[in-house]
Amino acid sequence: MAEPIKTKVLVLGGGPGGYVAAIRAGQLGLDTTLVEADRLGGTCLIRGCIPSKAIIHVAGQFEAMAKPRHGISLTMQPAINFAETVKWKETVVDKLNNGVATLLKRAKVRVVKGWGTFSDGKTCHVKTKDGEIAITAEHVILAAGSIPVELPFLPFGGNVISSTEALSLAEVPKRLVVVGAGYIGLELGIAFRKLGAEVTVVEALDRILPLYDAQLVEPVRKWLQKNGVTVHLGAKAKGLEDGNLVVETKDGETLKLAADKILVTVGRKPNTEGWGLENMAVDMDGRFVKVDDRCATSMKNVWAIGDLVGEPMLEHKAAKQGDMVAEIIAGQKRKFDPAAVPAVCFTEPEIVSAGMLPTPETAKDNSIITATFPFAANGRALSMEAGDDGGFVRILARASDHRVLGIQAVGAHVSELSNEFSLALEMGAVLEDIAGTIHVHPTLGEAFHEAALRALGHAIHI
Amino acid sequence: MGRYVFKLPDVGEGTAEAEIVAWHVKIGDTIEEDQNLVDVMTDKATVEMTSPVSGKVISLHGEPGQMAAVGSALVELEVEGAGNAAGNGKAAPAPKPAPIPKEKKNSLAPGGGEGWGEGASAPTHSEPPKSLQQSPPHPSPLPLRGRGSEDVKRTFGDKPLASPAVRQRARDLGIELQYVPGSGPAGRIGHADLDTYMQSGGTAARPGQAKRDGIEEVKVIGLRRKIAEKMQESKRRIPHYAYIDEVDMTELEELRAHLNKTKRADQPKLNVLPFLIRALVRVLPDYPQINVRFDDEAGVVHRYAAVHVGIATQTANGLIVPVVRHAEARDVWDLANEIARLAQLTREGKASRDDLSGSTITITSLGALGGLATTPVINHPEVAIIGPNAIIDRPVVKNGQIVVRKMMNLSSSFDHRVVDGFDAAEFIQRVKAMLEHPATLFME
Repeated sequence: MAEPIKTKVLVLGGGPGGYVAAIRAGQLGLDTTLVEADRLGGTCLIRGCIPSKAIIHVAGQFEAMAKPRHGISLTMQPAINFAETVKWKETVVDKLNNGVATLLKRAKVRVVKGWGTFSDGKTCHVKTKDGEIAITAEHVILAAGSIPVELPFLPFGGNVISSTEALSLAEVPKRLVVVGAGYIGLELGIAFRKLGAEVTVVEALDRILPLYDAQLVEPVRKWLQKNGVTVHLGAKAKGLEDGNLVVETKDGETLKLAADKILVTVGRKPNTEGWGLENMAVDMDGRFVKVDDRCATSMKNVWAIGDLVGEPMLEHKAAKQGDMVAEIIAGQKRKFDPAAVPAVCFTEPEIVSAGMLPTPETAKDNSIITATFPFAANGRALSMEAGDDGGFVRILARASDHRVLGIQAVGAHVSELSNEFSLALEMGAVLEDIAGTIHVHPTLGEAFHEAALRALGHAIHI
Repeated sequence: MGRYVFKLPDVGEGTAEAEIVAWHVKIGDTIEEDQNLVDVMTDKATVEMTSPVSGKVISLHGEPGQMAAVGSALVELEVEGAGNAAGNGKAAPAPKPAPIPKEKKNSLAPGGGEGWGEGASAPTHSEPPKSLQQSPPHPSPLPLRGRGSEDVKRTFGDKPLASPAVRQRARDLGIELQYVPGSGPAGRIGHADLDTYMQSGGTAARPGQAKRDGIEEVKVIGLRRKIAEKMQESKRRIPHYAYIDEVDMTELEELRAHLNKTKRADQPKLNVLPFLIRALVRVLPDYPQINVRFDDEAGVVHRYAAVHVGIATQTANGLIVPVVRHAEARDVWDLANEIARLAQLTREGKASRDDLSGSTITITSLGALGGLATTPVINHPEVAIIGPNAIIDRPVVKNGQIVVRKMMNLSSSFDHRVVDGFDAAEFIQRVKAMLEHPATLFME
């Protein structure tokens, strides 16, 4: 039994919520200890955002080479060695993983590697390779993250995989069936389609990306259709039979889909089991740990952040909450009150949403202005083959005072626009602010400017 | 000429109606924009309603004391140009509330947890005033720098519009942004608006004056409950008689300094307590009614030959009184050792029952915090408690000269049921004399 540790701040979980909280706490001069059983970086760095973006990047390059155009020709067809792709992806992950370790060290955070289990609200027992260490803390920040949801009749194992395994496959599967048409399933399904897999998508609801409105999702639906991805909507996966996925379609027919890999992406759930949460006497809010707008749980000086406390389960939300909680512990007045938590889907084309989305009600509501500007009328989009996928920027604003309520975009490369959208919402922009800001030509961002002008009734380029 | 109907706006989150408190206008009055029309009171605040337009009052709805529903007509005005009533298509400006409630019974805190930026989409309480809903449907020719930069105030129920830096600054200052008028487009609040608000005496203008909210419930249990019960018992049963006199400690302090300087390495450092105990054990035999335990149920005073001195000791959990037994049989070194031993055991929570019971008189000393005087609470069933206060250099008159002496007040309380004031005073005077002439402490 190693020497027990007494610390001011104990962070459970080294993902983007936890490590940001720990670094910020360290910067603020708080004695901080971070407990992580796996590598530093969490789902995002190790098996989520970053590795999937690496695979998506390679898939895009491969697709471009497979369809040489505009004067380019290749003397032979390109081939993919997916093991090499995965290896390169690992170097990216390693780089970031080491970076996190360095940053924590610089912030003087003590990192304890091992599985931590709480015996009460302020005491954590960590099984390290050198034995168990008891850590007691004045403040505890829970950042245990989330895990993929498993379907009981389609448990992970063998050819049934989660997003984690999909990012480390030995080769591109010939036939890939994706169960669940949320953003994770579609991002990966589209990437594997670009890499040459035959991809079929099964979705229980009657539309893909059900979080977004039909107009915003339409360009993605068109891409899937154009690229031969079969999408079964309103269809339920039932289980495996001789390696085939049994699906009940909307019309009640039973299909058997042959598959080399079945990727189940039906959502993620907070990781609330196996680390002693039940010993901590904190209140729950459904599946999530219940917190207030300062991320305080029902137990004094126990805080919880990120995927553990609710939707949206996004890296940037967790990181902001981690940063905030560290500052609260250091005695500052903070509150989690963002104007928007923007979200991006790295599908083909990409989708961005910040703030309010249109609904059937807002469409009828005279007090809300909605305006879109298509990338087909944007020079930069045309010059990079991003003008013909049906993409656009859309703004929702209040008619009375022109306050911007929500901004969305769909189109190639629009993910990089997300931060201008958020900034506009956070700064409380009105349409005139956006219209009055010179946007650089030629860029995709000009479409945002034009959408604001159009909302004001005088767009130039349409 | 048009007709303008002023309707009761949403005066706060979740408010459906408000009581009319007082009218400030009557029918026939000609009023200016921003003139006070009426005061209304919700369960949270009294709010002044000011007129968004200039005009002539043609009717008032409701008497003081009556409730008015949010959205119901309060005042009708005859105005220049088109009003907002009777099929008139032009939008009227939104009603303007006076931003600072006169009386705040309750915090109108911005509701936490609601997503920012969803103002108009929230179907709950923030229905825009009717005048907005009557605005012409889009698209009408909208001016580039039109309404946005006009003097449009926020409508009631809206989340205040402000950048993250302004929101954070307001939080640090303890200002609730919903009370701050925003001068920017769409009523956006900037740093300058915060400055103006603070200069005009907005609530909680400076850090340190911020309101603090929340009540923490602390259960009185364990040792704290014991202390509470004992103190209550003592104060309920015993008519306390307090007596305070000052003692010249100069000579004793000199002796003490000398002893501490010349003591053997194995001897403890001496503070004042062993000397005070020494004085008590010398004087107490002459005042047997003071060194007792009083069984007031049975009506019997148990006079003790031995002197068992309770030493009030502060621990992390609260006050505990360990007991120096047979103080009369100990010299100052022994007393100092015993006090130190008991203090340590007590603070570590290791003191035995014997260590903590049976005292016949108690000393309560706050050490350096001794203060000018105290009125100590008697440790029932004892009948006396002695509280030495701080030793301070003071100018005193001695033999016709003003000299600086080390002076200490000696506070004490006695159970007046069994100790007469005269005896108590005499007892303290004897103790004082011994302390002032420390040689007598050691003379048989």
